[in-house]
Parts: sequence; structure tokens; C-alpha cells
Amino acid sequence: MPEKFDVIVVGAGPAGTSCAYTAAKNGLNVLLIERGEFPGAKNVMGGILYRKQMEEIIPEFWKEAPLERPVVEQRFWFLDKESMVTTSYKGLEWGREPFNNFTVLRAKFDKWFASKAVEQGVTLINETVVTECIVEDGIVVGVRTDRPDGDVYADVVVLADGVNSLLAKSLGFHKEWKPEEVALTVMEVMKLPKKTINERFNVSDDQGVSVEIFGDSTQGALGTAFLYTNKDSINIGVGTTLSSMIKKKMKPYQLLEYVKNHPMIQPYIEGAETLEYLAHLIPEGGYNSIPKLVGDGVIVTGDAAQLVNAIHREGSNMAMYSGKLAAETILKAKELGEFSERVLDSYRTGIYDSFIGKDLKKYKDATHTFEEHPQYFEEYVPLINRAMNTMFTVDGTAKWDKQKKIMQSFTAGRGKLGVAKDLYRAWKVVK
Amino acid sequence: MNILVCIKQVPDTKIIKVNPKTNTLDRSSAPAILNPYDAHAVEEAVRLRKVHGGKVTVLSMGPPQAREAIKKCVEIGADEGYLISDRRFAGADTLATSYALFKAIDKMMKEDGVDLVLCGKHAIDGDTGQVGPGIARRMGIPPLTNCIKVEEVDLKGKTMKVRRKIENGYELIQSTLPCLLTVEKEINQVAYSPLPNMLRAARYNPIVWTVDDLDDVDIKQLGLKGSPTIVGKMWPPAKSEGAQMIEGDVKKQATEIVTMLLQKRELFEVKGGEQA
Amino acid sequence: MNMDEYRGVWVFIEQRDGDLVDVGLELLGAGRDLADKLEVDLCGILLGHNVKGLSKGIFEYGADKVYVIDDPILEKYRSETYMIAVGDLVRKYKPEIFLYGATSNGKDLASAVATEVMTGLTADTTMLDVDLEKRLLEASRPAFGGNIMATILCKKHRPQMATVRPKVMKKLEPEVGRTGQIIEETISLKEEDLRTKVLEIVRDTKKAVNLEDADIIVAGGKGIKDEKGLKMIEELADVLNATVGASRDIVEAGLISHAHQVGQTGLTVTPKVYFAIGISGAIQHKVGMENSETIIAINTDPAAPIFDVAHYGIVADAFEIVPILTEEFKKALQHVEPVKEKEKGGVAHA
Ligand SMILES: Cc1cc2nc3c(=O)[nH]c(=O)nc-3n(C[C@H](O)[C@H](O)[C@H](O)COP(=O)(O)OP(=O)(O)OC[C@H]3O[C@@H](n4cnc5c(N)ncnc54)[C@H](O)[C@@H]3O)c2cc1C
Ligand SMILES: Cc1cc2nc3c(=O)[nH]c(=O)nc-3n(C[C@H](O)[C@H](O)[C@H](O)COP(=O)(O)OP(=O)(O)OC[C@H]3O[C@@H](n4cnc5c(N)ncnc54)[C@H](O)[C@@H]3O)c2cc1C
Ligand SMILES: Nc1ncnc2c1ncn2[C@@H]1O[C@H](COP(=O)(O)O)[C@@H](O)[C@H]1O
Repeated sequence: MPEKFDVIVVGAGPAGTSCAYTAAKNGLNVLLIERGEFPGAKNVMGGILYRKQMEEIIPEFWKEAPLERPVVEQRFWFLDKESMVTTSYKGLEWGREPFNNFTVLRAKFDKWFASKAVEQGVTLINETVVTECIVEDGIVVGVRTDRPDGDVYADVVVLADGVNSLLAKSLGFHKEWKPEEVALTVMEVMKLPKKTINERFNVSDDQGVSVEIFGDSTQGALGTAFLYTNKDSINIGVGTTLSSMIKKKMKPYQLLEYVKNHPMIQPYIEGAETLEYLAHLIPEGGYNSIPKLVGDGVIVTGDAAQLVNAIHREGSNMAMYSGKLAAETILKAKELGEFSERVLDSYRTGIYDSFIGKDLKKYKDATHTFEEHPQYFEEYVPLINRAMNTMFTVDGTAKWDKQKKIMQSFTAGRGKLGVAKDLYRAWKVVK
Repeated sequence: MNILVCIKQVPDTKIIKVNPKTNTLDRSSAPAILNPYDAHAVEEAVRLRKVHGGKVTVLSMGPPQAREAIKKCVEIGADEGYLISDRRFAGADTLATSYALFKAIDKMMKEDGVDLVLCGKHAIDGDTGQVGPGIARRMGIPPLTNCIKVEEVDLKGKTMKVRRKIENGYELIQSTLPCLLTVEKEINQVAYSPLPNMLRAARYNPIVWTVDDLDDVDIKQLGLKGSPTIVGKMWPPAKSEGAQMIEGDVKKQATEIVTMLLQKRELFEVKGGEQA
Repeated sequence: MNMDEYRGVWVFIEQRDGDLVDVGLELLGAGRDLADKLEVDLCGILLGHNVKGLSKGIFEYGADKVYVIDDPILEKYRSETYMIAVGDLVRKYKPEIFLYGATSNGKDLASAVATEVMTGLTADTTMLDVDLEKRLLEASRPAFGGNIMATILCKKHRPQMATVRPKVMKKLEPEVGRTGQIIEETISLKEEDLRTKVLEIVRDTKKAVNLEDADIIVAGGKGIKDEKGLKMIEELADVLNATVGASRDIVEAGLISHAHQVGQTGLTVTPKVYFAIGISGAIQHKVGMENSETIIAINTDPAAPIFDVAHYGIVADAFEIVPILTEEFKKALQHVEPVKEKEKGGVAHA
């Protein structure tokens, strides 16, 4: 006789583990199924973990979790071929409790987080793939795995299976993601001595830096590159929407090679040895791509539900929040003794009313707009670079004339009206 | 049939890295896994249990993390798992390891007795294959190493027949029970574990013993103290100066190799005294 | 334990159906060197039935003494009987160093004897030396999947024992007519008291791929891709009267049987010429072939690690160059033929 649990959670990423942890902590009998060799084994993330949502699940987790460095400085680089314009904020208070966010290596972090869930009583099994939801009379009653005697049942199944979200798709909650709804990101973890990292980024052992890079890093495609400091390694990666990768006929690893060899970036990774090469999709469809979130006996969370803020590169926090909210919803449903879509629907409203719904709504047209108007990435970044060059090159030209020249260079390309429109459009999508 | 399987947790040598500066192994670079041969040993035990009934118990000596390897065995189908874990066991070579394992088996046997002990052919961290025969010698039972097939088990007559791999073939060997087998990978294929086993393993807590849980242990024979062999020095395998590269198009490269080899007189002898 | 009572270098001489196994003779070569440095006798340990006659060969390959136990009960190798017999010899004659070939039986025996006489044993040694001052055997071997070399010492126990892989040490040139002292011992075991019996020995003659004795090996790896590539390699091997070798990856891909595998989990080979074609040169492969006399590597990747151990390197597509090589050799060898398998003179091979 197959076993029955209160909750089955599919996928031990941030969403799934948050859900399993919260449910088990409140007394539910939870099964967490992960296909990797261990949680995190194959999981990929640039590496910024936000404190807030994690803390709501495990208070003061930083005292125990395998974190790399608290981020004290956030840099933005606008890159041209041989120059860049940068802005940054550095705040030492971010290096102290309660911190702002951290760099992490997911293989370590996810494993630890799942072990905390197991401490709460979660039954975790690895190396097991959920192949489908078992549906009886339109109600999800369990899951089928790829193992012999592989069926197992539960009151509620939580889908936290990440961006590919095959299970939600097979339930008809959404269609195949379109190429413009997902970004393909490739990254490498590169080993570098702690001391070298500290020197190159001007930080101490327990301070980290995140660098978001725009412009030439994607050769004009819609996307960004990043550079994050771990304890004794660096994460470097680049991603663009799948559609622009197709359009520009780019190969992801070539793009990464390009980034690594860029004269503005190369000195930071000089001498570093590649430990790992990873590629992963990021759901970037935003607000308009959020699929159906609940059904009878089933809830969709995290990346599987497209809950990612592409503009601010937030995903793990939304995953955690959604996982926790799913667990809380199930706890309430358990009290009512009913797990229908109607009862679980408070999860959906909860998501839309939270920061997730609000943030995603705010940027709902951003990806689309930037995709439709490649000038932001293709033209403005080089223009700003040239402007700075014009302004700061001491060549005897009066500053007044320089400003005029800069304005001309902007309008020459796109016309006065064009620039004004672009500015307005950009302001509108991120306002 | 009561079967005991000795299993070890080892670093995955496929992925292990050596720190070129210190010449030490960067163990953190390699995940710890169940020694692959031991997985086959457990699988064989589970298969024998299916036919002959009884119980499969696994035993390991190692640090607390070795529990994970024991749980893996429960996934394969083991009924019970013991871990002997104690600082005083640490640093053991094969002689001290077989002593500690023997003492644990001795204690475990007191209740049910053992019909068969299984070990892997060797552990992939040291590749020695010495622990199995060592245990057998200490238990006073015959060791049958490098087994590739269990041909027959006669529980009533207390005998079994196995195929033992030897160079260019095998020998069929008969032994009384109990005896100890070390197994090769050919003996079986480790089946993909059914879900109920996975669930059982996820919740399973191995029984952990320290030295104090064993009876009549001579502390001097344990761990580093009880190990006659020590590691003198370690170094990365030598790199030679590298090849002399033969340049040019393929045709030229080929001709050069042919000419060079034909000069090796001992390889090619001239037919009927003709010129080469 | 009074360590000074222990003197002499011993080698276990494995015999198979009355033939000496090569590795024992190789160990006599290595043992001779150790014995000379330590100024002690080199002794062969010979067990079996009707085997006394083999002593002659053992002396010719360098032994000063041979301890023989000749008894029907020892006719076929069994841990049970051999362990007791060898254990008794060790207790009685106290050698300081005792080497065994790392064959199935050699490893089996050494492991059991180590426990029997409570001493240390180093497995799968590839280098042997002595620290003369302390009379310490320095037995070195690859560890952790071949990623590192380690020297193992046995300071406070005697004998110092090691198993050594076949083909790693070199046989001496046999000195015809060289003799020495034969010491005969007996064993008092009765068949009815024994618990194990060898019912049958099956040698798979069909797949007698004799890699270890090949003068030329043409080995292929993942770079030869498929059956077609394999055929191409076989044709080259044919022309050269060579044996085909393989990396683990193509063995695991099912292209060729394990008997052809060279390396850590395959065989150690030392041919005169080793062609590595489409083999990257992973450490586990290298340890099995790096002592070959001449290594020729063909690989499309100029950075392939195989070029570190090769003597001659060719950056080329195997599918282009191998057929040319085959043709060229065919032409060149019209008047020449590869030397036939040499006479082996009653010596079987490990
Ligand atoms: C390159 C990159 C950089 C990023 N950078 C950041 C960042 O800096 N900060 C940030 O907050 N977010 C970032 N993100 C986004 C973030 O990684 C995701 O939003 C987050 O991991 C989503 O969590 P999740 O639990 O929903 O999914 P995942 O983390 O993808 O977890 C899904 C889990 O489900 C398992 N699984 C899938 N299918 C099955 C199945 N059928 N059966 C069993 N198990 C299954 C998977 O193995 C996996 O463990 C980044 C993403 C990428 C790709
Ligand atoms: C514990 C352990 C034990 C092992 N034991 C062994 C062992 O005994 N023996 C063994 O071999 N391996 C062993 N391995 C595996 C070993 O690590 C390597 O994986 C293996 O040797 C690689 O085989 P390969 O060189 O054929 O394949 P690859 O590493 O894939 O190399 C293929 C090579 O072919 C080249 N190539 C591709 N196309 C062409 C072409 N057209 N022409 C020419 N060259 C081309 C490529 O550049 C590449 O260098 C072991 C591993 C472990 C962990
Ligand atoms: N620490 C250990 N705990 C349990 N079994 C062991 C241990 N070490 C070795 N073994 C067993 O002995 C076999 C041979 O190991 P080794 O002699 O180290 O190559 C392994 O496959 C195991 O079955």
C-alpha cells in the first residue's frame, strides 16, 4: 500500500525547502522529493541571497548557514568596448547584523537548508524524479516517481520544481514558456585566493561585492552579466533572454568567454581557475507570465510560477516567500479539512497582494519593452561611455562645448524626439 | 540466512583533487560516497535474502557522516545498519580496521550468528582489498576473494559455491558456511531502489557504537596505534618533459613516424635477409 | 618483537599449473636490488605439488635460496592452505621483506598472511626502495584513484610486506646454470579438515588478449568514436602485428571488452611501442602505460595531457592519419616482418 503524507513537495530548491520546513515545523507530515544527488547538487544561482525572506523562515540563519560573504557594496558597470561608466553604493552597515544580503554557493546552501528541514521532521529523498502528478477526478492526490513502486500520495502536492515547471505544464496550468519569457544564463565559479579577492575588490575577509554589468557584456543583447565575490572564489556569469540569443545567433559559452576576456573584467579574474561551469534558465516573463497558481490539491511556487524579478535579479527570495506562504495555506486548509482549489486560493491572493505581486506588476512591461527596443542596450551604454570620455578628456575644449557635443551625439543617433521617447519609456517601465 | 556486509564511505576518487602546493588531498572537493564495490555486496546480500530469507545487516567503521553511506545501503535493501565511530578508531590501516570490524561483528553475532560476511573487492580510496581477508582470518572463516557469481547456497548442508575471478578466467570454489566473500562489480547490477526503500532509508537511523560498546577490545590494536603501516610522504605523480611534437601535414607526420619506428630493429626482422 | 632477528628478502613465487608466473620473476629482479643493498639473501617461496623442478628457473632469475613446500594439498591455490603454510615459514625463518605479485591469488594470500603474522602490508606498489640506515622498505604506490603517490612504511613490524603489480618491475636476464640452496619444508594439513575446495578452474582461452606481453599496442580512446574508428585501429594493429588496447571510456561504452583496458582498473602494460589514439591521457590511464618504451600519441587537442607522457606527439585527426599510417606501414613492411612472439620457455604469464 503506497504511503500517504500530508504534503508532498517536489523540488528541494529555496521554494520547496521553505515550504517543507514551514509545514513540518507546524506538525505536518511532509515528503520532499529532489531529483539531484542532493539538494543543490545541480542548482544554479548567481549567488545573491536576500536576508529578509530567509530570516522569516529561520531567524538569525547567518549564524549557522554556509554563506560566502555579506555584500557591502553593490556596483553597476555600464560597459563599452574599452571603457565603462560605473556607479556603486558601499555601506559598511551591510557588513554587520542583521546584514542586507549575502553571496552563497547554492550547492552548499541548499544542502544545508534541506538538512534543517529534515531536522524539523521532513522526509527527504534524493535522486528521485517526479514524473507526473497523480490526478483522480480532477484532483491532484499524489505523485508518480521514476522508481519501482514509485507512487506516493498526499493531501496537497506543492510544485517547486523550478523554471522548467514540467509538472504544472502537464496539469495545463501554463503553456511551454516562450523564448522571451526565459533568460539563458551561463556562469562559472572561479577559484581565487581570498587575499587576491580582497585586494582586487577592496574589501576585507568578511565583506563581499556584487557587480551588475550592462552593455557590451552582452554585446548589446537584452541581458546582464555579473561578478560576485565568494570567500575564495568568484561567480562570473552572463545571461540574455533566449529570444535575443536566438535572434543574435549567440552561443552562451562564447558570450561568457567574451565577458571573461573583456579588458574591463579580465583583470578581476586574472589567474583564476574554473571550478564549475553552469548553465540555467531564469524565468523572466514577469507579471504577465505568472501561470495558474493553485488547483484542487496542488500549489505552484517559486520559479515554477515565474516568480522572479528580472530587473533586480531577485528570485530566491520570492521562491522562499511563496514556499512559506504555500505551507501556511496548507496548514489552514488542514484545519478546514479541505484541500480544494477554493480553499487553497488564498495562496494565490496572498502572492498577488505581497511584495511579489506588487514588484512584478511594477516591472511588468520591462522585459518586453527592452526586448522591443534594443537601443537601450545596444546604443545608450556606448553613448554614455563616449559622453564621459568627451567630458573628462582634457583637450582644451570648453566644457560648454563638450556638453553640446554630447547632446548632439545622443540625438544624432535617435533624433531629439527619439531620445525623449526612450527616456519616457524607460522611466515608465521601471517607475 | 543472516548476512553481514562491511561497507565503507569513501571520497569519490573520480572527482578528488590534489592540492599541488601541500600535496594533500582536498577532501572537500570530492563528495563522500558508498564504496561502489560495497554497493554490489549489499545488492548481492539482498538478492540472497530474497531467496533464502533472513536478514541483511551492514557494518561500517568511520566518522559520523558515514551514516549516509549506511542509509544508502538501506535504500538498496539492507535491514539494519551499524556504525562504529570513535576517535580511537581513527587512522587505522587495514590491519587495525579488520580488528575493529571483527570486534564489532563478534558482538553483533552473539545474538543471531552470521552465515555469510560480504565485503567489496576493495575500497576505491586505498584500492587495497586487504580488509576482507583480514576479517576472515580473524573470524577463522575462509575468505573467498574476487567473487563474480554465487552459484549455489546450501543452507542445510552449510556450504556454498562461488565463482572467483582469476587471471584469464575463474575458478569454481566450494566453501563451508560461514565464509567471507569479497565481490567484484560483475557479480550483479545494483538495481534502482524502489520508492518504499527510499522512504525507509530517509527515516532510518543507524545504530552507532563506540569502542566502549564492544567487548574485550585491546585498545593497542586500534586506530593509528594499532596500524603497522604509516604514510611516509605523498607527492603528485611525476610529469615527464612532454612529447616531441611532429609537425607538418598528416602525410608528413605519418611518414616520420613510420621511418622512426622502422629504425627499431628489434621490432621488425628482415624477411629473408632482404633490405628494409 | 626483536626486529634484528628478521633478515632476508622474500618473494612469493606464484606458479600456475606448474608454470612460473611472470610477476614472481619480475619481483626477483626488484628483490635482488633490495637484497644486495641490505646485504642479505634473496629467497623464493615456492608452494605446490610436483613443483620442485621450478627452483632452477628461480635461481636463474636471481634467487639465492628457494623455500619449497611440495604437497598434494597445495596443488591448487587456496587461501586456507597457503596462508597457513606461508605463515609457518615466516614465523620460522623471519624475513625482513616479503614481496608478492598483485595477482588475484597474490593479493589474497598477502592479505591473509599479514593478518596471520600481524604485520603491515602495502598494496599495489609501483616503486620499491630501502632506507638502508633504518633497514626500512619504502613502498610507493598511487592512491586516491591515482591522483597522488604515497610512500608507505612499516616501522615497527616485520616482515615488511608489499604486493606489486605485474609488469611494473623488470626481470633480470636469466643467468643460465645459476643455482642456490633449496630448503624443503612440509605441511601437516589433512584434506578432511579443510573447508574450501577448488572444484574447477576455467580459463577463458578465447579472449586471451595478451596485452601484457605485446610488443606493440595500438590503443584507442573516446576519440575513435565508434565501430568504424575501432576497425581503423584494428587495421593498423593488424599491419603491425600489434594488440589493440583501450581506455576505460570505450570499454564502458561497450565498444570493446574489458580485457583490452589499460590503466588503473585495467592492465599495466610496458610494450616497446604504445600508440595512444584519441586518448586524453587521464591519470588513471597514464599509470597503466607510462612505462612503455616509446609512446606515440595522436590527438586533435594540442593540450591533451597524453602529450605529457608521450615521446612523440601528433596533433591530428585520427580518422585522417591512422589510415595513412596503416598504408605507409603496409608498404614499408613488405620486405620486413614483425618479430614473432618470443619463445616463452615454460613461463606462463600473469
Ligand atoms: C544564473 C542565475 C543567477 C541568479 N541569480 C540570482 C540571485 O543572485 N539572487 C536571487 O535571489 N535569485 C537569483 N536567481 C534566481 C534563483 O536562482 C531562482 O529564482 C530560485 O532558485 C528559484 O527557486 P526554486 O526553488 O523555485 O527553484 P530551483 O532552485 O530551480 O529548485 C528546483 C528544484 O527542483 C528539483 N526538481 C525539478 N524537477 C524535479 C522533478 N521532476 N522531480 C524532483 N525534483 C525536481 C531541482 O533539482 C531543484 O532542486 C538566479 C538564477 C540563475 C539561473
Ligand atoms: C577510479 C578510476 C579508475 C579508472 N581506471 C581507468 C583505467 O583503468 N583505464 C582508463 O583508460 N581509464 C580509467 N579511468 C577513466 C579515466 O579517468 C578517463 O575517464 C578515461 O581514461 C578517458 O578515456 P579517453 O581518453 O578515451 O576519453 P576522453 O577523455 O573523452 O578523451 C578523448 C580524446 O580524444 C581526442 N579526440 C577526439 N576526436 C579525435 C579525433 N578525431 N582524432 C584524434 N583525437 C581525437 C580528444 O581531444 C580527447 O583528448 C578511471 C577513472 C577512475 C575515477
Ligand atoms: N572502515 C570500514 N568499514 C567497513 N568496512 C570496511 C572498512 N574498510 C574496508 N571495509 C571493507 O573491506 C573492503 C575492502 O577494503 P580495503 O581493504 O580498504 O580496500 C571494502 O570494500 C569494505 O567491504
